[in-house]
Amino acid sequence: MRDKQGFFREEKEGGARVIRLKDVEKEYENGTYALRGITLTIEDGEFVFLVGPSGSGKSTIIKLLTGEILPSSGRVVVNGFSLTKISDRQIPLLRRSIGVIFQDFRLIEKKTVYENLSFAMRAVGATPRTIKNRIPYVLKLVGLEEKADQYPHELSGGEQQRVAIARALVNNPYTIIADEPTGNLDPARSLEIMRLLGRINELGTTVVVVTHERDLVNRFHKRVVLLEQGLITGDGVGYDAK
Amino acid sequence: MHRHDFSYFMHEGVSNLFSHGFMSFAAIGITVACLLIMGTFSLVAYNAEMLLQTLESEYEILAFVDENYNDAQTKAVGEAIRKLNNVKSVEFITREDAMASFEERNLDDYMRRNIIPSMFRDRYAVYVNDLKLVRQTARDVESVEGIGDGNVRVDEDIAGGFILVRNVASAVSLALIAILLVVSVFIISNTIRLTTFDRRDEIAIMKMVGATNWFIRWPFVYEGFLLGLLSSLIAFGLQWLVYASMVKSIAAADTLQFLRAVPFSSIWKPVALSFGAAGILIGVGGSLTAIRKFLQV
Ligand SMILES: Nc1ncnc2c1ncn2[C@@H]1O[C@H](COP(=O)(O)OP(=O)(O)O)[C@@H](O)[C@H]1O
Ligand SMILES: [Mg+2]
Repeated sequence: MRDKQGFFREEKEGGARVIRLKDVEKEYENGTYALRGITLTIEDGEFVFLVGPSGSGKSTIIKLLTGEILPSSGRVVVNGFSLTKISDRQIPLLRRSIGVIFQDFRLIEKKTVYENLSFAMRAVGATPRTIKNRIPYVLKLVGLEEKADQYPHELSGGEQQRVAIARALVNNPYTIIADEPTGNLDPARSLEIMRLLGRINELGTTVVVVTHERDLVNRFHKRVVLLEQGLITGDGVGYDAK
Repeated sequence: MHRHDFSYFMHEGVSNLFSHGFMSFAAIGITVACLLIMGTFSLVAYNAEMLLQTLESEYEILAFVDENYNDAQTKAVGEAIRKLNNVKSVEFITREDAMASFEERNLDDYMRRNIIPSMFRDRYAVYVNDLKLVRQTARDVESVEGIGDGNVRVDEDIAGGFILVRNVASAVSLALIAILLVVSVFIISNTIRLTTFDRRDEIAIMKMVGATNWFIRWPFVYEGFLLGLLSSLIAFGLQWLVYASMVKSIAAADTLQFLRAVPFSSIWKPVALSFGAAGILIGVGGSLTAIRKFLQV
């Protein structure tokens, strides 16, 4: 329903797609206190900007959501998976429910656009048929249907980031998480990428975008969560609203 | 595992193999050498063991029975010997049989004309289970009533040399197998570590999108499997040549006429199986050690 093709989507009951952090603290091994008690709920279908100065703990939250690190205390629940109780075998399933996008794109240089996407699908056991059906649809969604056979180095930064978005979408996740996706792009490309993420959100996918570009955030009328020194210091619509 | 997954793993495994052609080549070379050394020593030990078994089955202690004993008493002596430790079987040889067999072996006419049956005595040929204990067994036989001191003949220690060869060869092959297994697992593991390093970006992306650990591992396991299998095939071929030429030079050497090596044609199946199993064990073991650490997080 949220995605016309609806692949891989095992429907869960109502609240299962929620992201919920409760009193989350994170102290890294070296003693850095990155998060000092975060409580935050992101509902199914929301679009949320996570903003804050460098070092405020934004990426730490992302890593908690993808199961890359564990909280020192508190509870983290993502799409029905409790990250504090999750087993190693369940981590891949959690990750299939999330599509992640990074500032540095992380595409495989030796593979074409098409191969980058099929690689991500094959990795989670998609059949060749599903792959053949799904990729043109996703490439069209991000406006790259003409570039399927090009290699990443033949594309502009904005196009490469759209490939990364396509890869994040290709396995039809509940949630898209982007950590400073426009950090390497000029303002015009950045706006394009944000609009694309907004469109993906309108199609029904929850979107969480980390950024510190105030101007960009202010162009969208969306929820903004402000993080400072490991604490949430603002939560409302628009950067300057809090 | 789906068919399309399987063909993907095979494709990835083979292309890993060629992505570090020289390193793969070197790993195969070293593994082949290890298998060959292990195989050669095992085969020497095996042959020594076979020779010993033949010797054991042919080796006899002769026990001469008191000449004053009648048939019943002689029979009792045989029973007593049979019951001794380490005695496998006992064969009664009459003085006439002994003479006949002596005549067969000594064709000299003069000797033949002049021997008389009374020169021979009834005797028991005693066969043993364990050649190492033959001296003790001979003493036991001597102490049986109706035999007595000085009436037992033991061929001197021809067995001793073989026992030594067999023991040394077995010990050396066991030690070599242990050491060389570790060496070849290490070599293969390092080769595969190189390909995992080449593919670290792909591995990171696979993890990010939610591939299972086994999905990520399979191509590397397959790569190790192929390295091991190729090594064992080559090693088997070379082992055949090496063994055949060893057998040939033993047969050609005058001093080694009494050694009968087991022909390769009668042992190639277990040898092939052992090489295949060892190769696959080394290959898969190597790949699993290579990717063990790589998959945390
Ligand atoms: N792996 C790590 N080990 C130790 N400290 C870390 C690690 N990652 C981040 N930090 C520290 O945690 C704090 C928050 O970092 P991060 O979440 O990356 O902030 P942001 O993404 O908002 O810039 C910073 O002080 C950073 O130096
Ligand atoms: Mg960051």
